[in-house]
Amino acid sequence: MAGLVAVGSHAGDLVATAQAAESMTLETPPWMQGPGQPFRGYGQPAKYEEEVKRTFFQPYKDIAPGSGASMTPLHQLQGTITPNGLHFERHHSGVPDIDPAQHALLIHGLVRRPLHFSVEALLRYPTISRICFVECSGNSFFNVAAEPPQKSCGAIHGLVSCSEWTGVSLAVVLEEAGVDPQGKWLVAEGADAAAMNRSIPLVKALDDAMIALYQNGERLRPEQGYPMRLLLPGWEGNTSIKWLRRLTITEGPVYSREETSKYTDLMPDGKARQFTFPMAVKSVITHPSAGMRMQGKGLYEVSGLAWSGAGRVTKVEVSADGGKSWAEAALQAPILPLALTRFRLPWNWDGSPVLLQSRATDEKGNVQTTREQWTAQYSAGNVYHYNAMQTWSVSPAGEIKNVYL
Amino acid sequence: MCTCKWLSAVVLMTAVICVVGTACAGPNLGRDVTPEEMVTWEITIPPDGSGLPPGGGTATEGGTVYNAKCASCHGANGTGGPADPLVGGIGTLVSQKPVKTIGSYWPYATTLFDYIRRAMPYDRPRSLSNDDVYAVSAYLLSLNGIIDQKARMDAHTLPQVHMPNREGFVSYWP
Repeated sequence: MAGLVAVGSHAGDLVATAQAAESMTLETPPWMQGPGQPFRGYGQPAKYEEEVKRTFFQPYKDIAPGSGASMTPLHQLQGTITPNGLHFERHHSGVPDIDPAQHALLIHGLVRRPLHFSVEALLRYPTISRICFVECSGNSFFNVAAEPPQKSCGAIHGLVSCSEWTGVSLAVVLEEAGVDPQGKWLVAEGADAAAMNRSIPLVKALDDAMIALYQNGERLRPEQGYPMRLLLPGWEGNTSIKWLRRLTITEGPVYSREETSKYTDLMPDGKARQFTFPMAVKSVITHPSAGMRMQGKGLYEVSGLAWSGAGRVTKVEVSADGGKSWAEAALQAPILPLALTRFRLPWNWDGSPVLLQSRATDEKGNVQTTREQWTAQYSAGNVYHYNAMQTWSVSPAGEIKNVYL
Repeated sequence: MCTCKWLSAVVLMTAVICVVGTACAGPNLGRDVTPEEMVTWEITIPPDGSGLPPGGGTATEGGTVYNAKCASCHGANGTGGPADPLVGGIGTLVSQKPVKTIGSYWPYATTLFDYIRRAMPYDRPRSLSNDDVYAVSAYLLSLNGIIDQKARMDAHTLPQVHMPNREGFVSYWP
């Protein structure tokens, strides 16, 4: 088990040994020599934390700077809830500036009574809340490259975030519109300049879908779909249409651009899987991770995030020898279905070269794959639904790198 | 089990227990949709072509529009620009770098009309006339060798175009 301390009931309490305490000055610090700043209407992070930021992926550069993504800095965060300003972004034509007074949601198609909802009207509906992750189906696609990219954990895997979402159960408004028995799908469309749309099975819409109005207690940020977004827990993020403006009940999918030319998974025979909605079981060690440096031998906390689109995470195992032996990590309660779950394991690093990995299992028995197993399932150029184990190598000098096993 | 508790103006109401599997009743605050609204809101074109508007265009006409409004991003002949290539890529789908274009990947020609009208040109979506959208669709299909340069695309002909990768998808949803 190469240096991994067996998990105990208090494993989560064991934190990395701190640096030897710096010599304390006896002088009174300046912030104790006068009153601090008064109040402000909306708080901001400490100025010393300015480097905690999303990283950008802008494949079209200057011609379409608003098309692409920004990634949550997973390696700079703890716990499981993503701060609203750090939730990952994926936009297909920038962030629209929508006046809620002029925005509406239309529900029509195979319904008894087509309905037009103002934002004001929806805000009067009974609300539900749930904590869940949203993950872009392209998350971790950098690791598809032939050579492992030397980027931070967040820059590679940060197209996943987790929030408490509050809004209106989609089933409630669909009930008011009265879905025709012939209606089996629903086409959701956004009010961005791409009018992004996806076809969604009605089964999901009636199960746990939400018209989200609030994120972590406050109204949605524009980047997350203000004034309202669709939220499909556990399903590929692209289907949780932001800036939601229209829901059309149909008999079948409409085969929009985003569900044909994009968000389809190339298989070894050259055919592409379509409508692969749930995100697979996955985990990644966030601490320590690529770009960080070990501070000498001793006790550290290995910590990371696990999640599954199939339900609750039931087990996360950690290896320090590239998968030869495994130790079970402690999972932080509450362990919620379709939500990020924090795992932790105390680890005594003896200074030898190490290959750190984590492997998640969910309540349906799905186990996270190795990179080799994942690659074998798809064509070489597939970039969607990457859920293989991440390996971080630790050198005797304490340098941490992304490697493939 | 869904339990919706409503307050009445008169008394604190007892909980209305919804039957498992059915939705709680909402307050019914949506209003009817007018026929005029429906016309402006409905822009989706499924593979059977329902909803395609009147009008039409040929590749020759579309080439003029393309050169003026699309070529700067997508390249002179649908390839080589900074945005996604639209032409070529046949035989690349199983390679390390698959080139997914209208010719090599898109299964339905109707999606072309839908997407160009919905989202293109990137800097001014919804600015092309329906004739222009038909013509640019025809031009891109023609550049990919899928239709003849003289063929006119309209509500009748576009859904009949058979795309090379039409059989290239397997639905993973039952």
